[in-house]
Amino acid sequence: MTMLGIGVLSWITFLPALGMILVLMLPNNRKDLFRWTSLVVTAVQVALAALIFMRFDRGLGGVNTEAGMQFLEKATWIDVSSVAWFGRVHIEYLMGIDGISVMMVLLTALISFIAVVSSWTIDKSVKGYFALLLLLDTGMMGVFVALDFFLFYVFWEVMLLPMYFLIGVWGGPRREYAAIKFFLYTLLGSVLMLLAMIALYFSVNVYIDPAGGLHSVAEATKSMGQGWEKIYTFNMLAMMDPGNFVPGSLLAGVDTTWRYLAYIALFIGFAIKVPIFPFHTWLPDAHVEAPTPISVILAGVLLKMGTYGMLRISFPIFPDAMRHYAWELALLGVVSMVYGALVAMAQTDFKKLIAYSSVSHMGIVVLGMASMNTQGMTGAVFQMFNHGTITAMLFLIVGVIYDRAHTRGLNEFGGLMNQMPRYAGAMTVAFFAALGLPGLSGFISEAFSLLGAFQTFRTLTIIGAVTIVLTAGYMLWVLQRVFLGSLPDKWKGLTDMDGRETFMLATLAVIVIFCGIYPSPVLDLMTSSLNTLSALLQHTASVTMMSGM
Amino acid sequence: MTPDTLLALAVAILLLPLVAFTITIFFGKRLPRQGDWVSTGIITIALGLSLAVMIQKLTGFADETLSFRFTWIDFHNVPGIGPLPILLGIAIDNLSAVMLVVVTLISTLVHYFSVGYMKGDVRYSRYFAFLGFFSFSMLLIVLADNLFMLYVGWELVGISSYLLIGHWYEKKSASDAAIKAFIVNRVGDLGFFIGIAILFMTFHTFGLREIFDGINSGNLPFGSEWWLTAAGVLLFCGAVGKSAQFPLHVWLPDAMEGPTPVSALIHAATMVAAGVYLVARLFPLMTADALLVVAYIGAITAFISATIAIAQNDIKKVLAYSTISQLGYMIMGLGVGAYGAGFFHLVTHASFKAGLFLGSGSVIHAMHHALHHANDHHTDPQDIRNMGGLRGKMPITFWTFVMYTLAISGIPLTSGFLSKDEILAGTLAFGGLTGHVLIPITGFLVAGLTAFYMFRLLILTFLGDHKEAGRIDQIHESPKVMTVPLIILAVLSFFAFYSYNPFGAASGWVMQAVERPAAVVPAHMAAPTASVFEEALHHAHGNAMLISLAMAGLGILAAFATYYWKKISADAVAGALAPVHRFLINKWYFDELYGAVVVDGTHAVTRLMRWFDNTIIDGAVNGAGWVTKGTSFVSGKFDTYVVDGLVNFTAYASGFFGLLLRKFQTGKVQTYVIFAVLSVMVFYFVFRLV
Repeated sequence: MTMLGIGVLSWITFLPALGMILVLMLPNNRKDLFRWTSLVVTAVQVALAALIFMRFDRGLGGVNTEAGMQFLEKATWIDVSSVAWFGRVHIEYLMGIDGISVMMVLLTALISFIAVVSSWTIDKSVKGYFALLLLLDTGMMGVFVALDFFLFYVFWEVMLLPMYFLIGVWGGPRREYAAIKFFLYTLLGSVLMLLAMIALYFSVNVYIDPAGGLHSVAEATKSMGQGWEKIYTFNMLAMMDPGNFVPGSLLAGVDTTWRYLAYIALFIGFAIKVPIFPFHTWLPDAHVEAPTPISVILAGVLLKMGTYGMLRISFPIFPDAMRHYAWELALLGVVSMVYGALVAMAQTDFKKLIAYSSVSHMGIVVLGMASMNTQGMTGAVFQMFNHGTITAMLFLIVGVIYDRAHTRGLNEFGGLMNQMPRYAGAMTVAFFAALGLPGLSGFISEAFSLLGAFQTFRTLTIIGAVTIVLTAGYMLWVLQRVFLGSLPDKWKGLTDMDGRETFMLATLAVIVIFCGIYPSPVLDLMTSSLNTLSALLQHTASVTMMSGM
Repeated sequence: MTPDTLLALAVAILLLPLVAFTITIFFGKRLPRQGDWVSTGIITIALGLSLAVMIQKLTGFADETLSFRFTWIDFHNVPGIGPLPILLGIAIDNLSAVMLVVVTLISTLVHYFSVGYMKGDVRYSRYFAFLGFFSFSMLLIVLADNLFMLYVGWELVGISSYLLIGHWYEKKSASDAAIKAFIVNRVGDLGFFIGIAILFMTFHTFGLREIFDGINSGNLPFGSEWWLTAAGVLLFCGAVGKSAQFPLHVWLPDAMEGPTPVSALIHAATMVAAGVYLVARLFPLMTADALLVVAYIGAITAFISATIAIAQNDIKKVLAYSTISQLGYMIMGLGVGAYGAGFFHLVTHASFKAGLFLGSGSVIHAMHHALHHANDHHTDPQDIRNMGGLRGKMPITFWTFVMYTLAISGIPLTSGFLSKDEILAGTLAFGGLTGHVLIPITGFLVAGLTAFYMFRLLILTFLGDHKEAGRIDQIHESPKVMTVPLIILAVLSFFAFYSYNPFGAASGWVMQAVERPAAVVPAHMAAPTASVFEEALHHAHGNAMLISLAMAGLGILAAFATYYWKKISADAVAGALAPVHRFLINKWYFDELYGAVVVDGTHAVTRLMRWFDNTIIDGAVNGAGWVTKGTSFVSGKFDTYVVDGLVNFTAYASGFFGLLLRKFQTGKVQTYVIFAVLSVMVFYFVFRLV
């Protein structure tokens, strides 16, 4: 699907970047113009996402074949014939989505739009703020549509810098500490990812024909064409084909130490982003200091890049290592779940509590992914989407009260139910969704993550399931401390949500309720891909079921 | 009516209360009378439809299960499993048909009663909205033909209960009770969920029929009989939470913080009975061992709560413990294999216990008004020690209350007698068959205790003289909208609605309709079959009836002797048995135990974890940052002073020597000649010495 000769994925990715350029060119004193430009750009992005949702072929598997990818865009990006001992460097501009990435594309478009609406009240250096926000949007979207590792890495880094400034300039009192912590932590992960990427690059061969098309080694063995040349590649799909690995290269073979090391390096890079225990401490600081819209993006989209990276890169490229470390991965998921919930319960800062609840909820994603079966991974990917919408609601809710009361101390409130009924309604939906109440989207994804995980890891899942009690505990406790009881005199003047705030929360609430009652239209997007991935993970060696543990 | 029509009606019954909820929550405040007529009207229609469905089902399709299914989620072709659609649907069998009427009937009566009781409440429309939401959730449990929907309904009734217990959330005690109810239930649900997970991973379906078929064909979870029993017990955990069974019974007494009609509907008649309904639904997959656990849990619960009920003075607390005790009876009945009896007790208990709660609501309503009139805000309107002598002022409430009390005490000609007698006969038969005699003994003991504490309640509330002579004039009978439901429930506590024979329920329509399903577990793991059990039951019946009547009679006699004729001094007995009395007043110290171990323990762990996170984990991160910064500082200094110093030193040294040597570079030939001569001399001496 193309528009003006440019594929829809390029449009949806670079539209915000165009918006950024427009914002930068507008006169400095027109604050409203920056806001409206950003709003229009992200609204168009949502429309494009809706178009993708409708046109998406639910039957295609994707994951490791180019034929299974949809809205594919392919062009030669960098092609240098001979670079010292690198040989011919050929990097593709390769974009495409399957059932896993389409969910993230939808989520990114939605959350970016909500974030722009939520940014309406930002009044400090508005031009720079919206320019950075739109650049961030491009970076995030690019990560989810890139199929070339190099391209993926570029987008991954593009996203990093605007985030640093958005926290570091527009954040709270300890913003610089939080921003640097976020930046360095993620950079550490990026370095490890870069190492793994380079190791992969020099281990994977493909053949390139004179027209620039890539062919797998197997294809070349069968029928070598005229003028085909053997090159290294960053193409992720080529990396997923074991036949393309150069015999004797660093990452060739199955279950080798180097492959395990590369998997672990990638894992740490992604785990920092998720964040998985014990790499999570940047998150509460970043959230507490970040302005509301940035928290929304951070929790809504950025955290998913970690788990997405595992599903897109780590698992299909290193299925052997994934299986080898599946139990450890599940263990870290369970620890994040329980630990995150326990630490959340002890918080008195509203935003910090939600941040730790994110650690707990993303732990469910990790556990579901580790299950290696369709039910568990469907639960996990759906949980990524649902956590995005639900946590966005939660951070907006914190923002609403912080804007009015200028405090986030949970123990300072009470009785707001009568004072702010509309707010209370939104918060009730969000909190019930977060504690996994049936009828709301969080329940379905949590239930299937756990059901799938139970099939693979019995004891671990039972321990992890304790979280459903803990989550109910701290969520209801927050609800009680903020809304129930009697209203302190100092909050008698608080006003209920205005139209803009209601619009954001109502939009998300409708999605949360719809996905909770009738998830099929959304789940159908991903089941084919996750069946493919599940088959891929269980295929090579005999399936090792760690049901004993 | 065709099966399709019946199913369509069932779907309509299910969705009607949801419609009522949606209308009242969004538009309730803007409607005339805050929309109470919408909710009440809709639930009445649902009741009418339910009656039609039940009658049609029991007369037209008595031996069939009608079901309707649809694919809710489709995982398509799952590796290792094959096609995996998640089917949801509803099923109408005799059990659910009867249950439909029970739920909608009590719900309707409570709706009408609430119109009077909740008049002028600050959140009147919200209250009715949540009643509707509860009814929907409860009907979801009733109609579900699969574990998934059962679980969904299970959680949704939990949240309705949370919202309604916390209706007066300005009170800390109310919101605390609401949270406690939800959390304690979640603990039970955890087991329920794991049980579902075990069955789902074995059979790849949530459908009960498929699961039963699967077990019947010899496919056991993890191929192990032990896991089959475990699955049964874990699923039963859900019932332990919802039906307030030991050890998770602690939430129900606190739940009395909710409005009294809510207590009647949710915490007496329907929601708490859902656990019993669940056990009945899952009965075929319960092994003999699992059923034994069920029976003992029921018996222990019945006994503990009956003893606590004796020592309580709050009218609703007495009824709450009595509810727990009666639920224990039902669970015990199912556990021993008296399937029909256990369910029948659910049906009869629903009307007389709802009646007792609504009756107590009527009393509290009257007391509240009297106290309000006297401007007395200190006296507790729910404490039975402040009551007495209400008989003359509230005749309808009194006489209906008598009827319910007789029913719950198991006096002949009441519905309670029929069902309780069947359960007790079942326990006696079970004791004879298996040797677990403790269960029938507990059963009979509790029958006596029940009669005692219920008559104590009746006497202290309605008989004798009022505590404050002046206040009695301000006590008035409740309005018709409240008394009519009371009368209907009292009439329904009469035996004739359930059986022609006042001394045997077995021939009555409920027990005829609800037959014990055959077990699907391997034969050697199954409880005694229905025919063996029937045989033993036949012999036990006469004895059971005599013993239970004797126990009830003794209980009533003791109550009258103590509280009416005052032949026995309650205080003296309490004094003589002071430790026991204190133990009972404090409800066996369950709350204290859980508070100290579970609640405080969790809080301590959370604080420890917070410290660990801030100090150790984040400390390590900041430490790494600090070490890096420190290293860079040191290497910075090293660079400045050592590396750069060396460079500068070299420069300085060369400069110095340059300066020095410049002195020699005079450009004069004479000087050079002198240096040359001197050098030659120096070399000469040096080499000579060497």
